Amino acid sequence: MMNKFLSLIKNLHVDIPLLIGIVALMCTSIVVLYSATNENIDMTIAQIVRTFIAIFAMLFMASISPKFYARWAYVGYAICTVLLILVLIMGHVGKGAERWLDLGIVRFQPAEFLKLIMPMTIAAFFAKRVLPARFLPCLVAFIMIMFPVALIVLQPDLGTAVLIAVSGCFIIYLAGLNWYLIISGAVIVALYAPIHWFFFMYDYQKQRIFTFLNPESDPLHSGYNIIQSKIAIGSGGMVGKGWLHGTQSHLQFLPESHTDFIFAVYCEEFGFAGFLFLLTLYAAVIARCAYISIHAQNTFERLLSGALTLTFFFYIFVNVGMVSGLLPVVGVPLPMISYGGTSMITLSAAFGIIMAISTHRKKQQY
Amino acid sequence: MTFRFNHDSSKPLQQRVIFRDNIAEANLFKGRIFIAFMVVILMTVALIYNLYDLQIVKYESFSSRSNSNRIKIIPIAPPRGLIYDRYGVLLAENQPLYEIEVIPEDIDRGKTVRNTLQELKALLDLPFEDKDIDLLVEKIRVGKKFKPIVVASKLTEEQIAIFSVNQYDFAGFYVQPKLKRYYPFGSTLTHALGYVARINQKDVEQLEKLNKTLNYAATQDIGKQGVEKFYEDILHGTVGYKKVEVDSTGRVARTIEFATPTPGKDIYLTIDINLQKKAQELLGETKGAIVLLDPNNGEILAFASNPSYDPNMFVRGILSSEYNELLNNPDRPLINRVSQGGYAPASTIKPLMTVMGLNEGLITPKTQFFGGPYYSLPGSSHKFRDWRRWGHGWMDVYRAIEISCDTFFYDLAFKAGIDNINKYMGQFGFGKHSGIDLYEESLANLPSKQWKMGRFKQVWVPGDTVPIGIGQGYWSTTLIQLVRAHAILIQHGKNVIPHLAKNYDEMAPKEFMINNPRKKYEPPKETAVEVNNKGYFDVGMKGMYLVINGPEGTGRRAFAGTKYKAAGKSGTAQIITIKQDQHYNASAIAKEHRDNALFVAFAPYEAPKALVGVILENAGGGSKYAAPIARKMLDAYLLDPDHPQIEISDKKAEKKK
Repeated sequence: MMNKFLSLIKNLHVDIPLLIGIVALMCTSIVVLYSATNENIDMTIAQIVRTFIAIFAMLFMASISPKFYARWAYVGYAICTVLLILVLIMGHVGKGAERWLDLGIVRFQPAEFLKLIMPMTIAAFFAKRVLPARFLPCLVAFIMIMFPVALIVLQPDLGTAVLIAVSGCFIIYLAGLNWYLIISGAVIVALYAPIHWFFFMYDYQKQRIFTFLNPESDPLHSGYNIIQSKIAIGSGGMVGKGWLHGTQSHLQFLPESHTDFIFAVYCEEFGFAGFLFLLTLYAAVIARCAYISIHAQNTFERLLSGALTLTFFFYIFVNVGMVSGLLPVVGVPLPMISYGGTSMITLSAAFGIIMAISTHRKKQQY
Repeated sequence: MTFRFNHDSSKPLQQRVIFRDNIAEANLFKGRIFIAFMVVILMTVALIYNLYDLQIVKYESFSSRSNSNRIKIIPIAPPRGLIYDRYGVLLAENQPLYEIEVIPEDIDRGKTVRNTLQELKALLDLPFEDKDIDLLVEKIRVGKKFKPIVVASKLTEEQIAIFSVNQYDFAGFYVQPKLKRYYPFGSTLTHALGYVARINQKDVEQLEKLNKTLNYAATQDIGKQGVEKFYEDILHGTVGYKKVEVDSTGRVARTIEFATPTPGKDIYLTIDINLQKKAQELLGETKGAIVLLDPNNGEILAFASNPSYDPNMFVRGILSSEYNELLNNPDRPLINRVSQGGYAPASTIKPLMTVMGLNEGLITPKTQFFGGPYYSLPGSSHKFRDWRRWGHGWMDVYRAIEISCDTFFYDLAFKAGIDNINKYMGQFGFGKHSGIDLYEESLANLPSKQWKMGRFKQVWVPGDTVPIGIGQGYWSTTLIQLVRAHAILIQHGKNVIPHLAKNYDEMAPKEFMINNPRKKYEPPKETAVEVNNKGYFDVGMKGMYLVINGPEGTGRRAFAGTKYKAAGKSGTAQIITIKQDQHYNASAIAKEHRDNALFVAFAPYEAPKALVGVILENAGGGSKYAAPIARKMLDAYLLDPDHPQIEISDKKAEKKK
């Protein structure tokens, strides 16, 4: 047993540049969290523990051969879909949305797994087909994406549903979906949007859009979060108010300061300079992932790592855009920085998969 | 692309059949990734631009919004200046008053608020009714989480002690000390001292007009009457503030800046509280007023108006039943009888009329006059009676004052005419503000031709002038005007401003309250009455000396056996007109129609130190009723061996220097 463990350590499949970038983000997270939780040492320690779990999950995922992922993706997809149906039937209510499945000891969100399994499945689907993909397989892939996504929308959890749909769609795009189809798809979405608005959106979702369009119209209620968030960011200025000196967060004007709105805390305390630093860290991680994707050995690995990388950026964009008032408020945490284990572990696992793609390479045959 | 076969075929076949152009696929992927990253860079630029806009371009605006979010300024009321009498006896103090407050956030969640309040009621024996408790429960429910709500006020030391011992049972309830004005002498000095009470809507408007709202941000009480009102600016002080950082719920996180309030200045009155007590005591049940001042400088030592009331009622918040009682009391305790009550001056002004007569050359000190039982105008049958039915016979002006002959002064008034009387008596200060440091002052009425025309649309006739000669008719005065006129007489025409506060001339507000007839402070003139010969004043004073020391003097009985030489003048003012064929009979007419008794006296005659004025409503004759009181006041001031000679306040002031 012990020997086995030691050999595992020795044979760690780690991509050093990527690891450095990720650990830097994790350290930043802990520093910001200590401030965002109002110097709550218990919560900070909890996050440190989660960070270690996340690193472990990453190493674990990295140690598995990408071939394994390709082989078992469909099974994972099937299990997740079944669990999502179960959640809908007997899910627990958390924050007005049914997302958690209580297994006695562990409560978890099947949708979270789907964030990884969805791109894997679609990548596996296209890996067996000649690229660029033609219309029919793309349509089949699209249906495969939208079925579980629809289940998640029903929970209802629009944010996660969008993220999962997007991660799958990135694969279709990378698989070479015809540009005409992309453009006509965009047109269809544009035409469908009003229909969705009038027939399928919950009031609170509509409210978020209203608030996004004009937060000052209701500064004390639905517009409050975004106004306070913009005040926090704006008042940070060039170099910020200093670590632990953010008044918006420490005096609790900023809602959800340690989860979805942690970016506002960071910008308030470290300013525009801090924002550029964080952006550089993210850019470094994304650049390394892009490098790995381009140098991946087969279609499955390319598609999967490429889609995961783009999804990672998408997370950042949605969160930063939301917190700084560019996008409507949707519940998306800032990747690798926000408080909470689920998001960080999932993302780390994704990085683990990318590392696996980077390290499990056959000797190049020339 | 062309080699696609059925998917259902066996695995080995599939692997064999599908050809993949790995390099082409890799290139396709690279192209797609390249385009995707172009989009990623575009989106990143959008994010950077947005953050640049928020943090650099709009920094100032967001920074100030962030500050106004968190910084609150809490004003702190300055402690009000204290008021002492001339010897340093405390007349108005700030007493700590205990209240129990509750901070809703800190309440024990295990108990209902209602039960806790019931327990508190039982513990402290509070006069709560169910309705009060309902109201409090509602207040606590809707109130801000960290804003204290007063549960009980005016708690005794004992209640505080009991509560303190049991505080652990009442989480969220705190004892809060507050400073409340207290007047230890109660009703003794009310009309001079006045009182403070809660700022009301009228005060707020007043403060807004005078631009003082900011200074009163934390102040609860404001001077409403008397010295408390007149010297409000001096007593109030300057507001302080605490700049605090608050969180989103309003809880104070820390204090950023603290500016201590500047306490109001203490004021020393010229009042001698012992003399004041004596005056109030002498008035007893009688409606009336007493003023004693130093004629040399106008310092008022006693200022009594009776009946009085307890000013502390107003400080704690007067009940409407109590206020209605004061308002509807037929004796009208709210009226300041010293400076607001208008009375006919009666014979007390005869020495002043003498000065006018001498200066106008209408009489000389040697002029002889025959005083008959009545006086009639040439060609008129109307009889202006003398107070003595059989008259006084031959007299000079000294005897006229001594015996208070009416016909002498009827004649003098007729000869002088109303214009002259108005001019001279105006110089003596009648019908004008005395300059006293009180807002509660009425001008009374010194009649003139224009006045009568304006008031009655009637021409002034000589018959109107005759009774003016003995201080009757249309003439009314306040006691403070009357006393000031005599002070001017004693000072040989030099102006005297009666006042209640030392350094009144420095402290008097430069801008008076808006609803006051005096809009601006005017420095008093040096000389009040201009005459050709200062000796004319001595004639008036000599007459007053004879009133007390002469063989026929009207005040001789009341002042018999004084150890000092006093001078004075009596006055008996008719309230109703006695018909031509009737005589005045006090016992036959209703109490409220009986004569007002007046007496003005000063002593020592050679170098006057004290001037006292007494008016007793519906008491009867001035020499009989008012004179003894004037004497007792002078006795108390001049003869009391215990009378403190050193002024403590001066000593204190020296020590401070």
